[in-house]
Amino acid sequence: MGLKLANAILAILAGVGSVLVLFWLLNWLVERIPGRLSEKLKPWVFVGQAIALISVFLIYPAVRTIILSFFDNSGSKFVGLDNYTQLATDTNFHQTLLNTLLWIIIVPVSAVVLGLLVAILADRLASRGEKLTKSMIFMPMAISMVGASTIWGMVYDWNPPGTDQIGLLNSVLVALGGEPQVWLQITTAKLNSLLLMVILIWLQVGYAMVLLSSAIKGVPEDTIEAARIDGASEIQAFFRIIVPQIWGTVITVFVTILIGVMKVFDIVYVTTNGLYRSNVIANDFFVTLFQFNNSGRAAAIVVVLLIAVIPVMIYQVRRFRAEEAMK
Amino acid sequence: MSSAPVGTAKAATAAEVAAKAPRKVKPPKEESRANWLVRLVLVIVTIGFFIPTFGLFVTSFRARDDAAASGWWTALLNPFHQDWILTNYSEVLSQGMGNAFINSIVVAVPATIIPILIAAMAAYAFTFTEFRGRDVLFIIVVGLLVVPNQVALVPLLQIFNALGLTGEFASVWLAHSGFGMPLAIFILRAYMSTLPKAVIESAKIDGATHYQTFWQLILPMSVPALASFAIFQFLWVWNDLLVALLFIGGGDNEVVTQNLASLLGQYGDRWDLLAPGAFVSMFLPLVVFLSLQRYFVRGMTAGAVKG
Repeated sequence: MGLKLANAILAILAGVGSVLVLFWLLNWLVERIPGRLSEKLKPWVFVGQAIALISVFLIYPAVRTIILSFFDNSGSKFVGLDNYTQLATDTNFHQTLLNTLLWIIIVPVSAVVLGLLVAILADRLASRGEKLTKSMIFMPMAISMVGASTIWGMVYDWNPPGTDQIGLLNSVLVALGGEPQVWLQITTAKLNSLLLMVILIWLQVGYAMVLLSSAIKGVPEDTIEAARIDGASEIQAFFRIIVPQIWGTVITVFVTILIGVMKVFDIVYVTTNGLYRSNVIANDFFVTLFQFNNSGRAAAIVVVLLIAVIPVMIYQVRRFRAEEAMK
Repeated sequence: MSSAPVGTAKAATAAEVAAKAPRKVKPPKEESRANWLVRLVLVIVTIGFFIPTFGLFVTSFRARDDAAASGWWTALLNPFHQDWILTNYSEVLSQGMGNAFINSIVVAVPATIIPILIAAMAAYAFTFTEFRGRDVLFIIVVGLLVVPNQVALVPLLQIFNALGLTGEFASVWLAHSGFGMPLAIFILRAYMSTLPKAVIESAKIDGATHYQTFWQLILPMSVPALASFAIFQFLWVWNDLLVALLFIGGGDNEVVTQNLASLLGQYGDRWDLLAPGAFVSMFLPLVVFLSLQRYFVRGMTAGAVKG
């Protein structure tokens, strides 16, 4: 243990130290270059290490992944589009895609709606009550997906009929006269996937709530007041006056959660591991890579994910440019 | 709870929020405008959110047989007919969770500190200097914000294998530093672009170099944004499972999420182990969250896609 901590401290010192030394050294060199060239090179002293890190750890591997997706499982033999045609004809993969699609629709929508509900209702409480409510809803944000899956795993726990149920859901069901269910194995109406989605929604509502709440507080009070004077009910005022003004934030929150949902892995991995027809892309990737040792097919799965992300990426870049132009 | 009003930050732009720009803070509402229906809905939602965690927390203090035989609520209804024990925690700590806790610290601290410095330098260049390709490079950074880390994992695994780094902490330090870079640059640039340009101009007139301006002016002024990102990155690394599984694998170096995941795999019904295990793994993030909520919220807001 002491050795490990010493190791970590050494890593911090060595890591930070080498970053600093490199920075100082490059700067020292560039300052010694005469004239305008020095001024031109200086920005690169600042940005150089970041570019190097991004190139080595994101851009190069991404390109390499795309190339690998055209090779066989060991990465040595070019197989053309074989990995892709296999995915396209694999009914299990269709199932996985469908599940992922359901996740990326249901989770962001639910999180935004619930977050909006809590934000708008808590706004009516006195300050103390509002803070307390928000803290409780927000707390899961700090919890890992593995931790959250453990917490909810107990809610979904199953004991054989006739014994006491220790899972909350089954105990309620039994109290109402039902039979205890093995929830995470129920494929009817995708119930098991929906129950797993609840875990992620639970984690994300706080995020939606915080951002939407700030947006609601930014809505000028007099616009709402004017609507009330004109005889609008609270619900009308909410949908006609508040919602249009916070719509931009709603979209932002939706897209941010959506990006997170696309790569959800942990929850499925530690609960069903994709069994009982509950697989999603990111878990399929991991299983393909590790249990089946098939790097070609794993790479092709990631490329499918990457293609799915491209519209979001274009949207984001456009949005960013529009905002920069407004400054 | 932090004193800062979590909800009053106007989520207009990341820059504005990260800059902690002067905003109209409404006076605290002493009066509630909530009727009974609003209160009822909020109470139900709040309890619904809290109950699962609370149930696991109660279970973490129950003996193995008790936890397996009856629901945690029965223990609460009869608190004196029940043994409340701490040995679950000592057992799970000695079974590897204690070791994993140390490992998580060893992984998360360097993986938080190292990228911050590099990103701060880059953000300075993007904000205060002109160079060829600057705008294109930044657009690439913005685009990379949404790229799933999975695209990098297979080739990185091959590289780390070739270098003999798999299983070592260094592999996750490096990977997390790279993966965190786009968001770090994005948040820090958003903040720096709100700093008064006049300060930088006058430093320049006084003959300060970029190097001096960065260290003596910009970095100290950026501490709030650095803190926001630090918390964000720390929680992200601490709570990560995928990168750890791939690059650390099992064994002596495994982190808390891995340990908890393998407890779930091996002892799916041993709630006397799973419950304390989960709380040991969540302990530090919850402390960070509760004590630094203000910075956490700011980092989160600034990291939103809207930019």
